[in-house]
Amino acid sequence: MSEGNAVAVCWPRSAADVAAAVRIARRHGRPFVARGSGTGLAGGATPLDDALVIVTTQMNRILDVDPQARVAWVEPGVLNLDLSRAVAHLGLHYAPDPSSQQACTIGGNVATNAGGPHCLASGVTSAHVLAVDVVLADGTDSCLGGLGPDEPGYDLRGCFVGSEGTMGIATRVAVRLTPNPPAVATMLCAFDSIDAAAAAVTGTIAGGVLPAALEMMDARITAAVEDFVGAGYPRDAEAVLLVEVDGLAGGVAAQVDAVREIANGHGAVSVRVAADDAERALLWKGRKSAFGAIARIAPDYYLHDAVVPRTRLVEVLRGVYDIADAHRLVTMNVFHAGDGNLHPLIVFDRREPGVWDRVYAAGNEILTMCIAAGGVLTGEHGVGVEKRDLMPLLFSADDLDAQARLRDAFDPDGAANPLKVLPRGSRCGELQRVPEGAWI
Amino acid sequence: MDLTDGIEVLATAVATADAVVPVGARTHWEVGNPPGAALEIRAPAGIAAYEPDDLTVTVGAGTSFADLDAALAESGQECPLDPRDRTATVGGVVASGLSGIRRLRHGPLRDQVLEVRYVDGDGRLVKGGGPTVKNVTGYDLPRLFVGSLGTLGVLVQLTLRCRPRPEATRWLRSDTPVDRYRAAAALSDGTRTWIRLEGTAADVDAQSDGLTEADAPALPEGAHRGRISIAPGRLPALGADLDRVAGVRWLAEVGVGTVHVAGDHASMLDEARRAAHGHGGWLLREAGGNGIDGFGRPMPNDELMRRVKGAFDPAGKFSPGRLPL
Repeated sequence: MSEGNAVAVCWPRSAADVAAAVRIARRHGRPFVARGSGTGLAGGATPLDDALVIVTTQMNRILDVDPQARVAWVEPGVLNLDLSRAVAHLGLHYAPDPSSQQACTIGGNVATNAGGPHCLASGVTSAHVLAVDVVLADGTDSCLGGLGPDEPGYDLRGCFVGSEGTMGIATRVAVRLTPNPPAVATMLCAFDSIDAAAAAVTGTIAGGVLPAALEMMDARITAAVEDFVGAGYPRDAEAVLLVEVDGLAGGVAAQVDAVREIANGHGAVSVRVAADDAERALLWKGRKSAFGAIARIAPDYYLHDAVVPRTRLVEVLRGVYDIADAHRLVTMNVFHAGDGNLHPLIVFDRREPGVWDRVYAAGNEILTMCIAAGGVLTGEHGVGVEKRDLMPLLFSADDLDAQARLRDAFDPDGAANPLKVLPRGSRCGELQRVPEGAWI
Repeated sequence: MDLTDGIEVLATAVATADAVVPVGARTHWEVGNPPGAALEIRAPAGIAAYEPDDLTVTVGAGTSFADLDAALAESGQECPLDPRDRTATVGGVVASGLSGIRRLRHGPLRDQVLEVRYVDGDGRLVKGGGPTVKNVTGYDLPRLFVGSLGTLGVLVQLTLRCRPRPEATRWLRSDTPVDRYRAAAALSDGTRTWIRLEGTAADVDAQSDGLTEADAPALPEGAHRGRISIAPGRLPALGADLDRVAGVRWLAEVGVGTVHVAGDHASMLDEARRAAHGHGGWLLREAGGNGIDGFGRPMPNDELMRRVKGAFDPAGKFSPGRLPL
């Protein structure tokens, strides 16, 4: 919902081009912002302060694949799904799978530390990045991390992943490739209440079952998806869980039984196991089309990304609907339930007078509630500009000061993607400003 | 319970000292370079919060791994930190950055830490990360503290990811290289390979086919110990070179690239280090090796690391000398 202003946009083809672009921006006293496909949901790549926008989509080569070591070196503009497709014949894939994986770039994934449904068991992007060649804010190159298991000193690779372009620009990334599991089962569990579905999620994790993916969709989402792609979701359920388990045959069979038992114990109306790959693919197509399907319902939506402890899902989800109702708004929920990563969508039409104030207020109330329940502001989308001023809800002035100092260590002049992630006043001694509409 | 309550005494001591070194059980004391003279600070111990149904646990940094493991075992869970010595403190394990031998399946130590709370040089209690299993809110301070060797602040409390203990586990041996899907560990001494399987009993049985059941292999022992980090593909060539170093005992983590080495003379570490350098790796001194540098090579990106160190510890009071920055 935020718009920016760029002084210029460039499309480098090499790391040397990126470094040159950074130096040119600096010489002219301009900040710079890296951009991939622009699929980010937190405004992280929106240029502010008349920045130079450096778009990495032309750097889209897969440079090297080592099937023995299960490592690929890629340029930052390689699309997430293209990488998995390119290594599929080796029985490998790249595990993080954001819903936008057909369009988003590996460089953008590194910047946001992107997640996805299958990050429940396998971890988000940081767990899959071994090394990153970067151009720092002063235009110099560095390699952070390495192909060995450990590097001496501080984990600068770990700092860089998820730093949302504020520590430099990735120009080459070494990612870990994951062997395809020998067995997979995808299940669809339908419930006649949202509470029951949420309780089944909590029960699954509490029962010691850690599926490869555990997604929840409410009836408003499944109806939209059915109209859009016809994924075979039941139209009479209030909520469904899409559960995938993978691994060795015995473990998969045991997990299918466990999930079925837990779902039935929470009053599941039906539990269906996909019979073949085609049915599996269709179930996933529905999930990954959810955000596109929403366009059929309302012209605009506002999406949050909070995470709460899995033990609090029932009450928090109930609260999401209650808050939306209180603001006369419609919320729809499709999210990574297994790791407690909510994606409450508020759908609206921006032409309706005053609606934006209500959307904003409801969003803030939802985030407050999530943090009060022991949660965090963002699980995989990033802070960007959108959640920047909400950071004091989670972090004290001292916490933010430490983060600001870390950022300054990478970029003392604040030239890399300024005005993102940290609110003004994060540095000790700067004026502290409480975001409008927030409470501390 | 919040173990950071009543932290004021510790914080005041840190704030007023010129030099501070966090101390746990001293099981990792010789990792890297020895610190200079400094006030020794101990972090609180105990389980602050354990949510078995959420697979997370929050502990004082001074909690021993043995105590943590016992608490988790009651709910059939574990944190696969696997320190060599179970009396090691959780804070010490995290600060040393040494991942356990089940890294092949469970990932590096840096992926297990969700939130850190530490006392900075001004005595302020600072939080990084968050308590949930998934979180990208703000910069990744937890990963920065893993392996920081006490040079950025005094860790006082950590939140870790837990996981269900496997139904069945088994060590197996083979005289030829073996690969098993999602093996928890694969260790090799150059001739024999040991595989650790974890999972359902049926899967472990099926995966055991063709292998000999064995005891867990012991990590090399000796007065002088270190660990090599190398790209996993270079392990066979490195192993051949290590075999030429008289008296060096070694065990490699196949697929990971960690090689545990030990010897009876400090010079053996030096020779093993030379072999590692020959294959693009490096050797971290873990114990003994008197007179031998802890790292044996300059820090990569040392200028940037110095700025990071300065950002967290502008007075340079934490564990002076531990890292060559």
